[in-house]
Amino acid sequence: MIVLNVENIIAGYGETEILHGVSCKVEKKEIVTIIGPNGAGKSTLMKAILGLLKPTQGKIFFSNKDITGKNPNQIVQEGICYVPQSDNVFPSLTVEENLEMGAFIRRDGFREKINEVYQIFPDLKEKRKVKAKKLSGGQRQMVAMGRALMLDPALLLLDEPSAGLAPRLVQTIFNKIIQINEKEVSILMVEQNARRALEISHRGYVLAMGHNRFEGSGEDILSNEEIGKLYLGE
Amino acid sequence: MDFTSRIFQLALYGIVSGSIITLGAIGLSLTYGILKFANFAHGDVMATGAFLALIFLNLFQRLALPSSPFHPLSFGLPLVLAFILCMVATGGVAIGIDSALYKRLRGTRSITLLIASVGVAFILRNVLQFIWGPDPRYYIKKIQVSVRLPILGLRIKHDQVFIIIVAACLVIFLHFFLTRTRMGKAMRATSDNMDLAKVSGIDTEKVIKWTWVIGSALAAAGAVLAGIDNKFITPSFGWDMLLPIFAAVILGGIGSPYGAMLGGMVIGLSSEISTAFIATSYKPAVAFIIMVVMLLIKPRGLLGEK
Repeated sequence: MIVLNVENIIAGYGETEILHGVSCKVEKKEIVTIIGPNGAGKSTLMKAILGLLKPTQGKIFFSNKDITGKNPNQIVQEGICYVPQSDNVFPSLTVEENLEMGAFIRRDGFREKINEVYQIFPDLKEKRKVKAKKLSGGQRQMVAMGRALMLDPALLLLDEPSAGLAPRLVQTIFNKIIQINEKEVSILMVEQNARRALEISHRGYVLAMGHNRFEGSGEDILSNEEIGKLYLGE
Repeated sequence: MDFTSRIFQLALYGIVSGSIITLGAIGLSLTYGILKFANFAHGDVMATGAFLALIFLNLFQRLALPSSPFHPLSFGLPLVLAFILCMVATGGVAIGIDSALYKRLRGTRSITLLIASVGVAFILRNVLQFIWGPDPRYYIKKIQVSVRLPILGLRIKHDQVFIIIVAACLVIFLHFFLTRTRMGKAMRATSDNMDLAKVSGIDTEKVIKWTWVIGSALAAAGAVLAGIDNKFITPSFGWDMLLPIFAAVILGGIGSPYGAMLGGMVIGLSSEISTAFIATSYKPAVAFIIMVVMLLIKPRGLLGEK
């Protein structure tokens, strides 16, 4: 079953067109990674899916429902949650308040859900009364992901989840992503750390200059010599 | 009265005016935190609140509500009811202004919003002046004698005690609202990062409305308390309040409601205490100097984040 279907979208900022017709799909329970050089349009694609940018052409379907042009709060209600690359926590709110804000539109089962998040990220439970600005980079990333999980999303969008983290934390975060995915959450992520991300992904897309360049299983992309040379730095 | 008791006496007056400034400063700081613009109309929103209270007060007096003062205060039920109703009404006025004007400018640069707010300030002040004229209007006609406290021979009026208590209650109420309620937390979240609030599913338009209502209601409360302290109100009083309010907000850290509380108290105290050393007419200058010094040495303010 297809969870997300992006069809030929054209989008950008004001006059500047960044995506010149990009398509991608995420199936149920899949982890899909988008890789590509800087300026390829990876983050723009994320923003367009979430409604932070309105595509000028093309369609976005979520569980067969057309969500093109909807506002972020409506799209979140449909079941897509998003973790931005930077500024992804509320610094003056405590860890628990951050998680509560993730569940803002949810009226029931908030306690259970917060405990579920603490099970995935036990570190956060100890820090639950601490303001997010006092946390380390890795802990903040966990708060950000935890916040996005509070609504039981069917699809989680992760923009560079390992950016700026110490190497030993990168593996922790990827393990958490696998753990989240095992709870039947489909994942679409953009990653600079392409090799590590593709290793845990079912499929991947290579984006360049706002176009689809290649798509295939994680292994296909990793073993493709040309892509390796151009985009994986070999 | 010796010098020490004189300073303490002035400090006591400083707490009274600090309470009033604080209530004004909180609203200015809240709207700055969420909408990222300095609302120059905030003082005139205060004055609007004061005159809305006057309307209610006259209405209740005409309705022949029991108007004997609450002993030992110098006012009775009509003013207390007017006080509560004018907070609600001023919140309504603020929402009206937001949907008529600021909402259309959402997403534009903060300088555009600032200039728009200067326009709102002029409109409000002139409407008040048009209706009521420039002369003072009285809430309370009676003169209240201050009582002597058992320490240092300090004197205070019962009305002033009322002002301090009401302001403290409102501030405590705001604290619980911001830290315990869902909407209060959403306000702090939106103030931290509006984009992230949006992608978390927070209805930021609703948050903005709440911010206007709470900020303006507190401003109206401050204005009525100022009216109780001075006995009268004038249409230009809001504009005069703007300088100490801005000084308080900048001192405390713009965008931080707790900074506004701290700043309001410091400005109130230092303005009053300064009169022991310099002429009373320089009182506004003290607030201005504190603001300038703060901008030079620590522009983020005492409790500022960004």
